[in-house]
Amino acid sequence: MNHSCLRKTLRQLTVAGALFALALGLSARAEVAKIVPPTADERLAALEAYVNNTDPGKSLALTPGPGHNAWMMTSAALVLFMTLPGLALFYGGLVRKKNVLSVLAQCLGITGLVTILWWACGYSLVFGTSYGSPFIGGTEFLFLSGVTSAPNTNYAYWVSQNVFAMFQMMFAIITPALIVGAIAERMKFNAILLFVTLWMMVVYFPLAHMVWGATGWMNGVWNAAAVIPAIDFAGGTVVHMSSGWSALVLCLILGPRIGFGREKMAPHSLVLCMVGTGMLYVGWYGFNAGSAVASDGIAANAFTTTTLAAAVAGFTWGMVEKVTRGHASVLGFCSGIVAGLVVITPAAGFVNAAGAVLIGVLAGVVPFLACTRLKAVFKYDDALDTFGVHAVGGTLGALLTGFLATADVNSNLVSAAYAEKNGLAALIKHGGLWVAQLKAIGVTLVLSVVGTIVLAYLVKALVGLRPAPEAEQQGLDITDHGEEGYIL
Amino acid sequence: MKLITAIIKPFKLDSVKEALTAVGVEGMTVSEVKGFGRQKGHTEVYRGSEYTVDFLPKVKIEIVVSDEIKDKVVTAIIGAAKTGKIGDGKIFVVPLEDVVRIRTEEHGDQAV
Amino acid sequence: MKLIIAIIKPFKLDEVKEALGAVGIEGMTVTEVKGFGRQKGHTEIYRGSEYTVDFLPKVKIEIAVADDVVAQVIAAVTGSAKTGKIGDGKIFVLPLEDVVRIRTDEHGDSAV
Repeated sequence: MNHSCLRKTLRQLTVAGALFALALGLSARAEVAKIVPPTADERLAALEAYVNNTDPGKSLALTPGPGHNAWMMTSAALVLFMTLPGLALFYGGLVRKKNVLSVLAQCLGITGLVTILWWACGYSLVFGTSYGSPFIGGTEFLFLSGVTSAPNTNYAYWVSQNVFAMFQMMFAIITPALIVGAIAERMKFNAILLFVTLWMMVVYFPLAHMVWGATGWMNGVWNAAAVIPAIDFAGGTVVHMSSGWSALVLCLILGPRIGFGREKMAPHSLVLCMVGTGMLYVGWYGFNAGSAVASDGIAANAFTTTTLAAAVAGFTWGMVEKVTRGHASVLGFCSGIVAGLVVITPAAGFVNAAGAVLIGVLAGVVPFLACTRLKAVFKYDDALDTFGVHAVGGTLGALLTGFLATADVNSNLVSAAYAEKNGLAALIKHGGLWVAQLKAIGVTLVLSVVGTIVLAYLVKALVGLRPAPEAEQQGLDITDHGEEGYIL
Repeated sequence: MKLITAIIKPFKLDSVKEALTAVGVEGMTVSEVKGFGRQKGHTEVYRGSEYTVDFLPKVKIEIVVSDEIKDKVVTAIIGAAKTGKIGDGKIFVVPLEDVVRIRTEEHGDQAV
Repeated sequence: MKLIIAIIKPFKLDEVKEALGAVGIEGMTVTEVKGFGRQKGHTEIYRGSEYTVDFLPKVKIEIAVADDVVAQVIAAVTGSAKTGKIGDGKIFVLPLEDVVRIRTDEHGDSAV
């Protein structure tokens, strides 16, 4: 009785299972059978859409486009190259030789840490939409689940979502690494890692969603419901303002390095600094031209404006030094190039060549004054000038984008689907975008400053911020990492 | 005349230099050296290989002074270089028979 | 015996070495040092932060010689290192109690 009952149940289960499997296997085929094969016109239209970076329609839907993907993988690698080793060497050369490894270790540590955060929740919190919130993304992509080689059409029709996620991750890596510049030579390694973890959650992920998320509060170009129709092509607010203003606050809370203003704290190797600058310059093509998220005309425009602004700013900074101080210094050229790249970042895909040259000139002058005059007046110890270059440059760039953006180089600024609805198109046509930019600047500033104040004091209470004075004097290479940069 | 050689902690160089200038010392020679005394070194690990580094970076200052100000100079160095912690360094005083200024070929105290 | 220490301008090292060779000096120890005397340093500016660099690169030569050649050696160094401009350097002469050649255990003048 029991046996036959069991056998019957088993048989029923087997049949049910077989039917289920069959249904699964057939459903796809049945669906295909129902769909009419695309016509030659539809297939041609899909290929045109690939060339034009527009919606492929049915024929090639959710298929990555090889050219766009190739450029985005290259760009992602270029942006990583900006941090490792570009920024690491740029900053490493600017510190004293007893701290060179600490800066490299901080860049390396942040790269691994942020990658883990990005995989676990960062990507989802920035580019998800499941909360439908203007301030934070969603939960659908936690642990990169569902992030495959198929494009996410919220962000790109032709770029694999996994490539898009890796590209955006490189921005999340370099942003906290920039903060290292203001607190170099005097913050404990474990305090830095804890601060960065908290800062990513509280400041970066929400801000990046607001500016670039499909439901973002300040995403003027791609969110029809954006409340502040501001624009930020590659991260003037998200990357440079956020890191720069947070860096200033953190450096004020930390206090100056021991001996600041009395001991010689000159850069130990301007050669490393120059090599790092060159890598940043080249890597920035991925940062800016890659931010088109396609290998299209907008990317080509961003490539051009990036080149012009960086070269003009580097030259301007050097010449301003030559006139005011008598020497055009290597550090001056390097600083100007980085400043030019920072200021063009929010504008790269929105301004024309003339706009880029104007941005280059201002980038060579305004951050120069911030680094040389402002710092001297207020006497804060922004060791490697993260505030002077990135906060001042990022803010300047965000504002200038408001005056110089033109639909002539980027028709997305007046798109019917988004810009017409949220008011961006009207601001572009009739002027006044700078007001929206000012609002975005204000939001970024408040979030960065308040977030950093709270988190810095939290980290101070939990693990302490500064090494022992003796350790700081000996240098962080030996005390925090047990190694020496240069062995006799 | 005396040759005074001081081995000090590197970050103390600027304050020692200022203190010496204050007592009228007008020139000095400085070299980066490594050394150890009672101060223990530290351990560095490279991929599991551990190295004990006994020799720590120090700065050696050499100055030549007339006999009258010798004591003042030694006091000035001590005042500026002392932290009270192990590894503050040492001062050696060596008799000097002659000094020559190469440019003028002056000898003795005049050349100091 | 005497220990002669000469601080000279770095670009003069070869000439001094030749001049010393000409008076029979066969060995010397050379160190790169930094120093200052009456010669003024210069100012370096890094992004607005100004540093006064008093210490200029110099070369220190150390030679141990027998008493009877001291005057000749000093003349050789001054003759070859002199440019007549400020910053030419100095020569210090110190009494030396003993010298040992490590290889042979020789002491005194024969070890020089």
